[in-house]
Amino acid sequence: MNDINLVDLKKGLKEQFDKFQGNINGQGKLAFNEVRKHALQQLEKIQFPTVKDEEWKYTNVQKILKHEFAFDLPSSGKIQEIESYIIPDLDAHRLVFVNGKLSEELSEIGQENGLTVLNIKDAQTQYGELVNEHLSKYAAFEEDAFTALSTAFTAEGAFIKVDKNKIIEKPILIFNFTDSTAANAIAMPRNLVIAEENAQVTVIEDYAAIGDNYGFINSVTEFKVSKNAIVHNYKLQNKSDKNFFIGTTQVHQEGDSHYNNTTITLGGDLVRNNLNILLDGEHCEAFMNGLYLLKDKHHVDNHSMVDHLKPNSYSNELYKGIMDGESKGVFNGKIFVRPDAQKTNAFQENKNILLSDKASIDTKPQLEIWADDVKCSHGATTGALDEEPVFYLRSRGIDEDKAKALLMFAFANDVLERIKSEPFKNHVAKLIGERLKQEI
Amino acid sequence: MLEIKNLHASIEDKKILNGINLTVKPGEVHAIMGPNGSGKSTLASVLAGREDYEVTEGEVNFIGKDLLDMAAEERAREGLFLAFQYPVEIPGVSNTNFLKTAINEVRKHRGEDPLDAVAFLKLMKEKMKIVNIDQSLMSRSLNEGFSGGEKKRNEIFQMAMLEPKLSILDETDSGLDIDALKIVSNGVNSLKSKDNATIVVTHYQRLLDYIVPDYVHVLYKGRIVKSGTKELALELEEKGYDWIKEEAAV
Ligand SMILES: Nc1ncnc2c1ncn2[C@@H]1O[C@H](COP(=O)(O)OP(=O)(O)OP(=O)(O)O)[C@@H](O)[C@H]1O
Ligand SMILES: [Mg+2]
Repeated sequence: MNDINLVDLKKGLKEQFDKFQGNINGQGKLAFNEVRKHALQQLEKIQFPTVKDEEWKYTNVQKILKHEFAFDLPSSGKIQEIESYIIPDLDAHRLVFVNGKLSEELSEIGQENGLTVLNIKDAQTQYGELVNEHLSKYAAFEEDAFTALSTAFTAEGAFIKVDKNKIIEKPILIFNFTDSTAANAIAMPRNLVIAEENAQVTVIEDYAAIGDNYGFINSVTEFKVSKNAIVHNYKLQNKSDKNFFIGTTQVHQEGDSHYNNTTITLGGDLVRNNLNILLDGEHCEAFMNGLYLLKDKHHVDNHSMVDHLKPNSYSNELYKGIMDGESKGVFNGKIFVRPDAQKTNAFQENKNILLSDKASIDTKPQLEIWADDVKCSHGATTGALDEEPVFYLRSRGIDEDKAKALLMFAFANDVLERIKSEPFKNHVAKLIGERLKQEI
Repeated sequence: MLEIKNLHASIEDKKILNGINLTVKPGEVHAIMGPNGSGKSTLASVLAGREDYEVTEGEVNFIGKDLLDMAAEERAREGLFLAFQYPVEIPGVSNTNFLKTAINEVRKHRGEDPLDAVAFLKLMKEKMKIVNIDQSLMSRSLNEGFSGGEKKRNEIFQMAMLEPKLSILDETDSGLDIDALKIVSNGVNSLKSKDNATIVVTHYQRLLDYIVPDYVHVLYKGRIVKSGTKELALELEEKGYDWIKEEAAV
């Protein structure tokens, strides 16, 4: 196909942006379009990060930028293949995006009182005021090139709103696919989740890919968790080689709210998960759980930040990783406790198992505490799989591979146990079993 | 059943076993005693297949097969069982799940069908009675947070489940109060048959009142320096090891 236009992200964005502006029709007249323009200007100013940038010291995005990508690449139409990736047994409201475009065919949104699930493009016209109040208000793009890129090219994505006092039991699944069958494909889903006061909701993000060319997802999701609201957010990244993912989850919590994030990463050529949580009220609870299982030359970087602005809040972070082959993991966990945030409780733990000499992890806790009456702790461990338990299991007749798989699964299960959605948990457990090549 | 000939083993170039000879026949109970550091646990570990130890000389025949040629898991499947002196805690692996996996590996090796959940639970209930082990321990992680005595009971419980041909009990009596000691010993005795054999490693005559050995061996500096019948254990209890050390030095 010669009508596919591949874009160099370092040089061709301006031209692509002009083209994009020509295609958004009525959207161009909305106030948000000024934000898009501003974001592009900002991106041109700050440029993409290099390893000289402290925040990107261990993750070289040149690996992505050296490729050219097609924007709005049409799906190959392999609907059945795509469908086969959808989590089984999960009764959910479902938005499916292929190369950033909503697939009506694969999506399925039921009617539920107090719940609004829409393509963000439609929300911008139907709920303009509300969207403007929140969209791009939490995920700052001034100093973050990938968020600026997402903001400039904001087109489609999930808009989820749960009304005050509503408990939505059925989870909402946002499934993003890159289909690189025809060419290298980029997608920039932009999601906004608003849980109003005292509301409850579960949002599952799943990212996967098909096709033999390179795929790149640059996603930004903003969560507004209002007073006393409860949000569970699970994020699964099950992509094969030749896939890049940069995702930012930006959370703004009000007082007495609860936000629980579990990020599962099962591979990718380059994956960067940014999770930033602002605890902007008293008695907030934030859970950050992560699991990464890497092999081959996978590179996965988890960056988290929890910012305690007010007193009496609690944050708890547990990230665990198993690295095999020549894979590389990065963990960076920031905890900020501002001067006002007395009686903060903040805990962080990062545990890693290296299965091969060539696998590695760079782990860096970063605690900055300006209040004096706080309880904070952090710990990081890295090592090979313990030999004693392996021998114990073998001495009971279990072969070495199976013994190791059992132990690795047990290690990972600590994180899985923090997932409240059974079908999602079972799905992840099955994927881990497949990775460990054992029935667990 | 087991024939150890001139077994030498070392770890990191440190010689620990210096020519062990021992023959165990079906139906027999052998006790191995000896001062701390004499190599009792090392012998047990080498037999169970721990790879840290290097066998530098000698051979071991187990039910007609070259034991040293087998991986640890193969030895277990062939019917060798080691009750560990210090059972390791394994967080996240449930006792039940672990046992079911182990049993079905052993059954597969014997050409038997795997046990289904119902049959497994039935077997478990039956065997739990033998060592009077608490049901609540079964759903917990393997040995995690178990008391010393619970760990030892769990070892014997596993032995009951796996029905080995040769069991090596490494200081299973240490850390047990007298009631637990009786229960565990009764368990071991009730599993005894004319076709299987037991090696008990212990420091104390007390255990041998309950598990009565046919032979007692004294290990010193990696060698069996004295063998006898159960009376030897009584003599050791009374006189300590000094006279053995002196004899060995001559
Ligand atoms: N992994 C090891 N590395 C170095 N030395 C070891 C190791 N394992 C055992 N040894 C040494 O080998 C010797 C025999 O130890 P072993 O544990 O077999 O003794 P034991 O007879 O079981 O003693 P105890 O009665 O205290 O249980 C000791 O000197 C011990 O320090
Ligand atoms: Mg010992």
